[in-house]
Amino acid sequence: MTAYILTFILFLVGLYGVITRRNLIKIAISLSIMEFSIFLLLVLIGFIDGGSAPIVDPEKAGTLYVDPLPQAMVLTAIVIGLATTAMLMAIAIRLYRKYKTFDIREIKNLRG
Amino acid sequence: MNALIPLFVALPLIAAFLVMILGKLVSKFHRFFTPLVLLILLAMAIYEFSMAGMAPIIYTMGGWSTLGGIPVGIYLVLDGFSVLMLCIINLVGFIALFYSLSYMKQYTAERNYYALFCLIIAGMNGVVLSGDLFNLFVFMEVSVISSYALVAFGVGKTELEASFKYQVLGVLASMLILLAIGLIYWQTKTLNIADVKTLLKGGAGDPFLVFIQVLLISGFGLKAAIVPFHAWLPDAHSSAPSPISAMLSGVLIKAVGIYVLIRLFFNMFAFSHEIAVIFTVLGTLSMVAGALLALMQWDLKRLLAYSSISQIGYVVMAFGMAMVLLSSGTNQGAAVLAVTGAVYHLVNHAVFKGLLFLNAGALEHRLETRDLRKMGGLSTAMPITSSTSLMASMSISGIPPFNGFFSKLIIIIAAIQGHFYLLATLAIVVSIITLGYFLKFQRYAFFNKPLEKALQKIREVPFSMSFSMLVLAVLCFALSLLAFPAISNEVLRPAIDVLMQSDLYSITITGL
Repeated sequence: MTAYILTFILFLVGLYGVITRRNLIKIAISLSIMEFSIFLLLVLIGFIDGGSAPIVDPEKAGTLYVDPLPQAMVLTAIVIGLATTAMLMAIAIRLYRKYKTFDIREIKNLRG
Repeated sequence: MNALIPLFVALPLIAAFLVMILGKLVSKFHRFFTPLVLLILLAMAIYEFSMAGMAPIIYTMGGWSTLGGIPVGIYLVLDGFSVLMLCIINLVGFIALFYSLSYMKQYTAERNYYALFCLIIAGMNGVVLSGDLFNLFVFMEVSVISSYALVAFGVGKTELEASFKYQVLGVLASMLILLAIGLIYWQTKTLNIADVKTLLKGGAGDPFLVFIQVLLISGFGLKAAIVPFHAWLPDAHSSAPSPISAMLSGVLIKAVGIYVLIRLFFNMFAFSHEIAVIFTVLGTLSMVAGALLALMQWDLKRLLAYSSISQIGYVVMAFGMAMVLLSSGTNQGAAVLAVTGAVYHLVNHAVFKGLLFLNAGALEHRLETRDLRKMGGLSTAMPITSSTSLMASMSISGIPPFNGFFSKLIIIIAAIQGHFYLLATLAIVVSIITLGYFLKFQRYAFFNKPLEKALQKIREVPFSMSFSMLVLAVLCFALSLLAFPAISNEVLRPAIDVLMQSDLYSITITGL
């Protein structure tokens, strides 16, 4: 149970960062923190106390394995997260070249 | 045809790869190869559409079908609703791409544009075909990540800012969706939509499920830009290159937003009355707020973007009404009518909003401004743009005999039959407001006195752009034929049946 609560706190830390930070890079980092809290939750969902790695050995019948599917999901989701972070960073760098700042208070052409 | 289904995803993916590799060696390779691929996809979609029957066609990836009665592989499912979406995606995709052939000459790095365009199509085709929750998430990310890049394609100040805003909200939405998928897996130990449906049967009021449903509504609501979640849409859709705006407004917010919401809530959850009311309220809010915000815009593409929010509101409201009626189980006839109106309006909106964004692109191409106050008197200089945009404007604001009139009429009749008198009145009022801001667009862009002498030298846009606009304008007119029950039975009926007989989907797939 403690692990779930810690994961949830990590999620809230990320959300707090996205809402309060004013720096483009820090917003991207906060989004990554949120992503990873959810990845942790997915791994926790598949975890079984005392289970071993899900590599089936026919000689040892009756062994307890952890659920492999959430692990596969997390691997895929990490790749997607990488693509998103790379996109965010690319745009942030381009924005820095245009505005010479990372501060979102000074980047506000779009309104209405 | 079973074997064609994976090609809808594989073909554009391969095309994106080939455009990047071969485009470097063969000059102008991307300019004829990508339209060809999109044309093949469109032909395949229409072929599947003519073949589709009542029952969903299932393709199991890698041949992993069932193990002891439990579906273990990844399923691609093609049924009446998804094949309709496939037709819209590939049709608007092909037309927008054909339009880009002239339009994108003003940009550098055209090759990247065509590759990203193929990826966005692959992602959306995957989303509508997927029968598996996590697979759906992956395809959704493929299409939205390429749309982030395409929104920023102009790499100007506004484009980059809009793209960053879009990305932050997009990532937030994806995380909410991933969390919901994880929680569904926790509850049911399966990701197959049909299997989840059979396992969840009877748990409509379970607080854990309500939490998942709220997560999904906020996640996909963000993707679909329903009103409290709409902040990114006007920026992103107005900053993108015009054919991409047509894709984003015309199909992306439907394929990854509305379609998934409707699919999950009609075919996976047994929805409760409260969720149905939330849908109706959100739909009504975006319908009214979108129209009011559009009224005060001077930037043409921002006006169109806000109008998208308003029109999507109509669709969500009609689905919400149907859900309210179905969950109370009193008035089945009105529910069927509401779903018909919603699906019909979904198709229509893709066509006329796509056309309007292409018109806006044509004006921007010639005038290099999007400000309505700097236009005027263009009806003689650009006759094709002017007449097609007039048709699109009339059809979006619901003037007979164009398609928008009939779909709105069906929604309003459904509202009256279901005793939602307030919603029916609001739908009519919003329709009048819509007419108001499209008259503003027409008057300022085409019929006012020209502001400057220079405007007199403006010529009509090149062939590929004017041809795409003409095709969509003809479709605006032709789709009004769907109002006849005989034709509507052929075209819209399969999609509506999938949604109304909500158990059939899971029964056919799991075989239980």
